[in-house]
Amino acid sequence: MPWLDEFLQHAFNRRALLAALLIGFTNGYVSAFIVLRKSALRVGSLSHALLPGIALAVMVAGLTEWSAFLGALFAALFIGLGSLAVSRGSRLDQDSALAILYTAAFSGGIILLRRIGVTQELDHWLFGNIMGLRDTDLWTTFWISAFALTLLTALHRPLLMVMFEPEVAATLGVPVRALNYLLLGTMIVVLISSLQAVGCILALGLLVTPAATLYLLTNSTQWLFWGGALLGALCATSAILLGWWLNLEQGPTIVLLLGLVFVLAFLGSPKYGLLARLRKNA
Amino acid sequence: MSAHSTHDTCAHCEHHHELRVDGLAVSYRKTRALENVSFSTLCGNALALVGPNGAGKSTLLKALAGLLRPDCGTILWRGAPIGRWSREIAYLPQRESVDWNFPITVRGVVEMGRYPQVGWWRGFKSKDDQAVQSALDAVEISSLQHRQIRELSGGQQQRVFLARALAQEAHALLLDEPFTGLDRPSQEALAATLRRLAAEGRLVIASHHDLKTVESIYDQVLLLRRKMIAFGTVANTFSKENIATTYREAGKEVA
Repeated sequence: MPWLDEFLQHAFNRRALLAALLIGFTNGYVSAFIVLRKSALRVGSLSHALLPGIALAVMVAGLTEWSAFLGALFAALFIGLGSLAVSRGSRLDQDSALAILYTAAFSGGIILLRRIGVTQELDHWLFGNIMGLRDTDLWTTFWISAFALTLLTALHRPLLMVMFEPEVAATLGVPVRALNYLLLGTMIVVLISSLQAVGCILALGLLVTPAATLYLLTNSTQWLFWGGALLGALCATSAILLGWWLNLEQGPTIVLLLGLVFVLAFLGSPKYGLLARLRKNA
Repeated sequence: MSAHSTHDTCAHCEHHHELRVDGLAVSYRKTRALENVSFSTLCGNALALVGPNGAGKSTLLKALAGLLRPDCGTILWRGAPIGRWSREIAYLPQRESVDWNFPITVRGVVEMGRYPQVGWWRGFKSKDDQAVQSALDAVEISSLQHRQIRELSGGQQQRVFLARALAQEAHALLLDEPFTGLDRPSQEALAATLRRLAAEGRLVIASHHDLKTVESIYDQVLLLRRKMIAFGTVANTFSKENIATTYREAGKEVA
């Protein structure tokens, strides 16, 4: 395949492929937690909340991968804990509080980013720039993936118990609250690592769709996690190749491919698909 | 390790384990949900918590399970305060509180009961697998062990909880409304199972709302309406007057 040879000749393609593999796999694995916790909307709010953090950090410290990373982390913590404080201190529920805080913060982020003269960067933060990665970005992604996968695999047993029945888990001696914070923290870090690839608007797709698709296909927890990881990696890498071949934007192609696979599962899943259900009723 | 940790009932022991509750009061945020609860009971008993909705039955069970911190009062199990958790006390939540779509098999749920023994990382040894298997056998759901939990009937789902408590090697079982939503045959089978577990030497404590079946299932009863109305054997305590006191006051407040 000559086009594949040509594809691999470019360093930016090789980097993008590797990044897609890492990010797709890690996000796919973590997506199982989000689907099981039914917390997709909350994570979506957090992903939007990262933007003003990045903008502020770039303003204060200039644009380096570390300033952007720390800014995003700070913003996620601020919005997450802020929504908790608002819901505890008023009649509002936490989801409403989150929605208020993250839209306000997101708007602030857009205005800030335009003012500080990185307008061409704004699109990258919103929709990703996986073709423009440097070697240092790849290393950051690698370490985040290694850290998240090791931690979550090691704590898989108690984490599952917390997600299934937190109260019973507590009576069996599982440190429920600590694990919840740890899981949220890990999700945020993984989310940040996928920002460069797909941006803060599309990041949610990568962090929900893989396991949601597997959820329609399997009743095995192991398959939900590792199948989600494989599906994430497969779609992300395919999208890089497809993007090169058909001249499509790679970031959105990743999320679009995942969406297509989800629709296939939704229609054709042997057990929980629409067609299977129609056939059963017929 | 105590001598008791090697077997899961205390039928073999000289003395029975005691659960002693003294002057217990519990609040949710600033609302007092429960006060003045004092009773003591022994392993081998089946104790019904009876009272109208909102009487504090679930609150009492959660406090006994260590899930709620009491405002005041003490809960002693085998002479020691219960901590935040104990392997010897199993909590079985209401069936509605569980996400039955969760992708997990019957066996997977029962295996969770081994967490106090296996901890975060350790793999299952043959001893753990045996405990899970005998727990499944004890409540007769061995043939369903590879099913996803949604595919079970209500009675079978309740048995999964019981099996997990048995795999945990718990001495005391705290059940929140175990009979709610079950059909008649399932109710009778569950009643027989609970009586058997108590007869084997476990302490069974369950909140119960069907007044007609209390006498046939339990040997002790605690009547509750935010305060403890009465406690004792079903024969002595489950009287018309006590029941009337428990429910009449509630009716007045609702009206």
